[in-house]
Amino acid sequence: MKHTIKELEDIASQIRRDIVRMVHGCQSGHPGGSLGCADFFTALYFEILNHKKEFSMDGIGEDLFFLSNGHISPVWYSTLAHAGYFDKSELATFRKLDSRLQGHPTTHEHLPGIRVASGSLGQGMSVAIGAALTKRLNGDKSYVFTLHGDGELQEGQNWEAAMFAPFHELDTLICSVDYNGQQIDGPTKKVLSLDSLQAKFEAFGWHVINTDGNDMQAIVEGLHYAKTLTGKGKPILNLMSTQMGAGVDYMMGSHKWHGTAPNDEQLAAALAQLPETLGDY
Amino acid sequence: MKKYTYTEKKDTRSGFGAGLHEAGKKNENVVALCADLVGSLKMDAFIKDFPERFTQVGIAEANMIGIAAGMTIGGKIPFTGTFANFSTGRVYDQIRQSVAYSNKNVKICASHAGLTLGEDGATHQILEDIGLMKMLPGMVVINPCDYNQTKAATLAIAEYEGPVYLRFGRPVIPVFTDPDQKFEIGKAWMVNEGTDVTIIATGHMVWKAIEAGEKLAELGIDAEIINIHTIKPLDDEAILKSVKKTGCVVTCEEHNKFGGLGESVARLLTTELPTPQEFVATNDTFGESGTPDQLMAKYGLDAVNIVEAVQKVIGRKK
Repeated sequence: MKHTIKELEDIASQIRRDIVRMVHGCQSGHPGGSLGCADFFTALYFEILNHKKEFSMDGIGEDLFFLSNGHISPVWYSTLAHAGYFDKSELATFRKLDSRLQGHPTTHEHLPGIRVASGSLGQGMSVAIGAALTKRLNGDKSYVFTLHGDGELQEGQNWEAAMFAPFHELDTLICSVDYNGQQIDGPTKKVLSLDSLQAKFEAFGWHVINTDGNDMQAIVEGLHYAKTLTGKGKPILNLMSTQMGAGVDYMMGSHKWHGTAPNDEQLAAALAQLPETLGDY
Repeated sequence: MKKYTYTEKKDTRSGFGAGLHEAGKKNENVVALCADLVGSLKMDAFIKDFPERFTQVGIAEANMIGIAAGMTIGGKIPFTGTFANFSTGRVYDQIRQSVAYSNKNVKICASHAGLTLGEDGATHQILEDIGLMKMLPGMVVINPCDYNQTKAATLAIAEYEGPVYLRFGRPVIPVFTDPDQKFEIGKAWMVNEGTDVTIIATGHMVWKAIEAGEKLAELGIDAEIINIHTIKPLDDEAILKSVKKTGCVVTCEEHNKFGGLGESVARLLTTELPTPQEFVATNDTFGESGTPDQLMAKYGLDAVNIVEAVQKVIGRKK
């Protein structure tokens, strides 16, 4: 372990503070999914990923991460800043004119850490597969990680990709699903049920694991375990149970905070629950 | 009128296949992907010599475009291959977000464009792809005119850094350009110098424009013929220089007149040098089943249509 669980939880607390402040600062953005994935991002960037300090688009010899559900950009931006990709003061520009921190992540503004645009859903798994194929051709044994929303899996392209990866034995690919059961219009069970994602992915030929995405110990162990499953001919799918809005009591478990910004009073109530650990931007 | 002859007829898609094979020999970073149309795209030679650098994606074009975008990360130069319809309309959002907006070095190579796909009919005959692709910021759009030019274009785009749409077709047509030509992206080719009218043609319509030029010469009309293989970026300078001399223009393309080469030329001329223009293109219509020749005649894309358009546009000159 590079960090203790307590240290990682402290980082996640700061990232959650950043998320609600960023979304409040521009009165737009997506706090719910961002908060729910703060523990995953912390574990990934501070414990799991073998990544270089200096960003290079080609990412040769390092692990790569692709965020398919680009709307949870606040959690990624805050993580990237605290991981040293750019100064955290830039978080104040989120969604504002002339910012590199666009509403949805993009390479267009050359923000270090981003390798493809995402936002229009369902495209990230294909891109990650491409990156993994190139690593294979280059003899580069590094891993390729992704994150997808669960609602996002309603997009058909995911299933084209899900069919492709096991057929080509892409066993360096570790995809995680933010399994919070919520999407904009309500619970996924009511909008368009995903039914058993485990059975679906297993039928497609994936090795599926289940983790608790809001328990730091569990997510760190789960991602380490996922890495031990690589190299065995199957891609790995991490079905990661999370709560939308995790860490802010009044946002938790409801689709209503998918894409709504807190007002001043709500911001204060959120920050009171999230200790400042690394210093606010 | 300069005399153009040919000794053989070939399909432009075979020019692509030959170019891809040669590009693969020149640069080990060139990789190819196909969505279950290897034979149609003439990718066999590349696959035979570089099997590890070819990815068969299956009938999943959206996935193919995403994979191609991802493969650029780490230095590969992916060439995707499928029919023009499935290369553009079917995957527009994947191209827009994962390729164009992300500025990925992907070459989208599209065969069976336009009416000359023939008997399969309108579901497969895309006449909107140039418009779709040229609207994407940063996308280069190329529609070469014969086997040799398509081969040269394929080699040129392998050396260009950035997203490219390369459009070619199925029918065998005269091979009349230089086999050793140097293909310069964005540079027009002067097919014939003339003084009375500028004919600007792309793709399969270039040979038709040459046929029209010969008929016009018999009628005493001296036509300047320019081949625009690169629709974007457009060679503004070559077009303006010619039109200043001739005072009228006819654009020719196997594409809907809405959104095609003709509109790009019209936009240029409207802002820089307002000039009478006629369009030889399909007119807001889908195609249908038939032989390529029957379809080009029915939809007004023959040499005779170019001759008529020239006579009309010359009549509009002040």
